[in-house]
Amino acid sequence: MSLLVERVELLATVQDLGRPGLGHLGVSPSGAFDRPALRQANALVGNHASAAGIECLRGGLQLHTSADHLIAVTGAVADLTIDDRSVEQGRALHLPSGSRLRVGVPAHGLRTYLAVSGGVTVDPVLGSRSTDTLAILGPDRLTPGTELPVGPPIGEGAELDLPWAPRLGETTVEVVLGPRDSYLTGDALRRLLGEPWTVTGQCDRIGLRLSGPTLERAITTEVPSEPCVRGSIQITSDGTPIVFGPDHPVTGGYPVVAVVIDAHTDRLAQLGPGDTVRFTRA
Amino acid sequence: MNILPYGDRAVLIDCESLAEARGWYAALADQVDEAVLGARTVLLRGAPADLRSLIGQASPRPIDTADAPLVEIPVVYDGQDLAEVADLTGLTTTDVIAAHTGTDWTAAFGGFAPGFNYLVGGDPRLQVPRRRVPRTSVPAGAVGLAGEFSGVYPRPSPGGWQLIGHTDLVLWDVDRDPPALLSPGTRVRFIEAGR
Repeated sequence: MSLLVERVELLATVQDLGRPGLGHLGVSPSGAFDRPALRQANALVGNHASAAGIECLRGGLQLHTSADHLIAVTGAVADLTIDDRSVEQGRALHLPSGSRLRVGVPAHGLRTYLAVSGGVTVDPVLGSRSTDTLAILGPDRLTPGTELPVGPPIGEGAELDLPWAPRLGETTVEVVLGPRDSYLTGDALRRLLGEPWTVTGQCDRIGLRLSGPTLERAITTEVPSEPCVRGSIQITSDGTPIVFGPDHPVTGGYPVVAVVIDAHTDRLAQLGPGDTVRFTRA
Repeated sequence: MNILPYGDRAVLIDCESLAEARGWYAALADQVDEAVLGARTVLLRGAPADLRSLIGQASPRPIDTADAPLVEIPVVYDGQDLAEVADLTGLTTTDVIAAHTGTDWTAAFGGFAPGFNYLVGGDPRLQVPRRRVPRTSVPAGAVGLAGEFSGVYPRPSPGGWQLIGHTDLVLWDVDRDPPALLSPGTRVRFIEAGR
């Protein structure tokens, strides 16, 4: 049982819930950027939440199958076709042997998730099948010709009443100030929390560089390298915020002035260049 | 020591020194979801309230360096920046090699890449700035200096450290257990390999 990748537009990777707990080895958790979307897709096809699926950036994915599969697609809403017939996102779908699935470019949001009953069963690395794009761990990114092994189905697809789709317009995420909020002037902190921030073209699974008002630093020296997490908001020496995603560096030398609460970091997965985000205190 | 907030799933212990941070790491690492060392800090993952009470009942464990595992790293001192390091430090290249091999280093904390460790405690004469322009590609096994640190590149990557030599030891191998040759606390002794 396998799925054959025929086309990838920008980036498609295998992702599960990552490899947490290995920071002492210099390894970040990685894993699906939008975890609720992957969980939902897995639930729809009867998988364990930890099963691996495909995370696809800005659509453009085409798969061919030579076996019958039950699949589900969630996350950023894109046109979806099986053999040129439109099908719905957010529900279990039969992908018959010999058919072709196409994921179009989402009108809103960035990352679409595909789960297949039985899960994608590439060899795990350090306990996870996720591709870490910074550490270069886990399976290679998908390219035309990649054959993805699929495990035996373990359950029935579940009907879910959990509609989830990227919100339109501005996204707000809650943050906890610190540990290095004292590195910003009071005025700069108020701007960080009060102004909308625009996602720049430099956004990927490692982090999102934001543009907005320049944030004046109260302390201009850097910090001795400190551990980072998914959601850490670093302020670079020129006053630019970078908020980290799942493939963040394990330690960094810019001050982290606030951290996005864990449950809101998934929202960042769906923000692309030009989208705006606001930070508000948790 | 201060306990600083770090989001809703972690706290950061902010210490006066790396030694103090290592003491807290040694005391708490096996009692939390995850512990990560920084240069002066320890990140603990878990529920912040639980972590604060755990820290309140603990104290840093004294670090006995002599007990730490020792890894000997044979190095061929043929790095492209060896002469530059000699210039910057006012030493001869022979002195640079003697200084690098003459004092044991300790793996302080990771980052940068899986299996990479910032090594501290070496000969203070070896402090040099990073290269002004980083190299776009540094080979695996390259041995470098930057600031107070020495380090060995676990795999090919861009890098701005001053390269003084290379080793054939494999620093990172996901099929090995543990995959990292060095981890925080490991003592490191560089040995000049025969040419």
